[in-house]
Amino acid sequence: MSIIRKLALGAGIGALLSTVAFADGLQGKVIGFSQIGSESGWRAAETSVTKQQAEKAGIDLKFADAQQKQENQIKAIRGFIAQGVDAILVAPVVSTGWDEVLGEAKDANIPVVLLDRGIDAPEDLYLTSVASDQVKEGRVAGEWLVATVGDKDCKVVQLEGTVGSSPANNRKKGFEEAIAGHGNITIVRSQTGDFTRSKGKEVMEGFIKAENGGKDICAVYAHNDDMMVGAIQAMKDAGLKPGTDILTVSIDAVPDIFAAMAAGEANATVELTPDMAGPAFVALDGYLNGGKVPEKFIITESKLYTAADDPKGQYEARKGLGY
Amino acid sequence: MKRSGFSFLARPQFAALIAVLFINWLLFPGFFDITWQDGRLFGSLIDVLNRGAPVAILAIGMTAVIATKGVDLSVGAVMAISGAVAASLVVGGTASWIAVLAALGIGLACGLWNGMLVTVLDMQPIIATLVLMVAGRGLAQLITEGSIVTFSDPLLIFIGTGSFLGFPMPVVIAFVLLVGSTLAVRRTALGLLIEAVGVNRSAARFAGITSGALLLLVYAFAGFCAAVSGLIVAGDIRGADANNSGLWLELDAILAVVIGGTSLLGGRFSIPMSVLGAMIIQAMNTGILISGFSPEFNLVVKSGVIILILVLQSPLAARLFSRGHARPEPATAPRTTP
Repeated sequence: MSIIRKLALGAGIGALLSTVAFADGLQGKVIGFSQIGSESGWRAAETSVTKQQAEKAGIDLKFADAQQKQENQIKAIRGFIAQGVDAILVAPVVSTGWDEVLGEAKDANIPVVLLDRGIDAPEDLYLTSVASDQVKEGRVAGEWLVATVGDKDCKVVQLEGTVGSSPANNRKKGFEEAIAGHGNITIVRSQTGDFTRSKGKEVMEGFIKAENGGKDICAVYAHNDDMMVGAIQAMKDAGLKPGTDILTVSIDAVPDIFAAMAAGEANATVELTPDMAGPAFVALDGYLNGGKVPEKFIITESKLYTAADDPKGQYEARKGLGY
Repeated sequence: MKRSGFSFLARPQFAALIAVLFINWLLFPGFFDITWQDGRLFGSLIDVLNRGAPVAILAIGMTAVIATKGVDLSVGAVMAISGAVAASLVVGGTASWIAVLAALGIGLACGLWNGMLVTVLDMQPIIATLVLMVAGRGLAQLITEGSIVTFSDPLLIFIGTGSFLGFPMPVVIAFVLLVGSTLAVRRTALGLLIEAVGVNRSAARFAGITSGALLLLVYAFAGFCAAVSGLIVAGDIRGADANNSGLWLELDAILAVVIGGTSLLGGRFSIPMSVLGAMIIQAMNTGILISGFSPEFNLVVKSGVIILILVLQSPLAARLFSRGHARPEPATAPRTTP
């Protein structure tokens, strides 16, 4: 990573963290972090934010990349226990098979915090879990649309995530909950875009053809920003004006959607924060310095960003995070 | 070996394509509507051609490889590498034509690597190319550092989304490659040599064919085709997505070749039929998108149609068909040996 990138990263984190509560009692503590891998841009951003958060709080962070394998994570956790770390952060790659290794951590009296995914294990095996509420993300997106269109009739097309994946199911559910009871808003078409840009673009092309050249579509809802970036290009190719002719709302808050928003081509995005470590460190601070047991499930904020939230600044702040 | 230029009209694949398009029309009456908009053709049929082009281009290269009794599993990963190389270069300030040449060069190099493993080390093609299928995507992710590298380079964007005489550039590129490669294999002895190597490599060598050089050539060509597809896919979304570009497309390409009637056991092959196979697959994908079915049905519908097509062109169906007509039908004679 070049110096320039590092500087940009530092500046980006500074801007992101300015509003977040800060754990200052963890100075000099050793904390192990077992990350899943780097399968997506969001994951890379989570890793960089966690490292920066640790540096800021003066934590000696031991980072282990599991390359999508549970056995690597279990090895890493055993390694952390052997080193006698003060606490362990785990972003679990799968939900089962954790009882034994987390039992070992419990016996060694090392608190474990789960990041961004839950597990099927007795709750006393970990201190707390920090995660977003995917249903709420969908609901926030839906509520924005309800508030924006008011009483007007609105036909929505939906770009779903990978069929059967939990973010796709939950984000769909949340959105449907939010528009339920508003008869003027209906989802007319829904297809999977596999969370990717090119599929998002291809599916949107199909929707535009099927809905009278796009003239009948009032809004697009995408389960992630990448699909929306593709859909925005499809709308432009068809001679439509995304953001004006067709409203857009999606989830994740990656840099490129802010670039589109700054250009007036996207309307809203709901943030899936890469800062899971911040709340985790605050919880650990309270627990290690005074024995305060945190809530079992800490839910991160699902913040809505629109053109009113300085999209250009958000783009600059996020583009160095590794998305 | 002499075939008339229009004999393909009598093949079951052509009927399958017509059937799929007809079903699409039933599901969505505006399917065949084509309008002129902003200097280019616009319509669902154009979408089929445009979206099918990357797989069609992969299938052109894959046909040559499969005809030699090989297979190239790495083409999807090579697409990701090619897009990643081009995108990182233009973002780094390199002139766009150099970036394009570099991406194509990397594709050729990847193909030569595969060819070398197959010829010099005599590895089985499925294993030799599996190496690059796995490692290649990792390489692409290293180049892009795991993120989507977005660019605004006009040449790359033109390759992905531009148009020529109203047709999208990917279609034009695929057409040029189709005509060029078909002429190269059918107007010279090249096609015959490839088939000879595919039927029996040792016999071909004893007959005086330098099978090693020929194999290197076809794998390099497959790598080149993959690089072209990679540039198109990256230009289309104005970014190199190393995680998803070309993901599983090697399987679509193999399927297109098989639907086109080329046997996985090597030998007789037809590049135009493989491209037709790619179009059948894409016509199905586009049909599903505009049909309004819920996405849970996508894969079931797709596999159902593919099984139907493969059964229709199987030796069994050919026997039943010819019995029904009470005369042998050379055009539908078994093209695959069991």
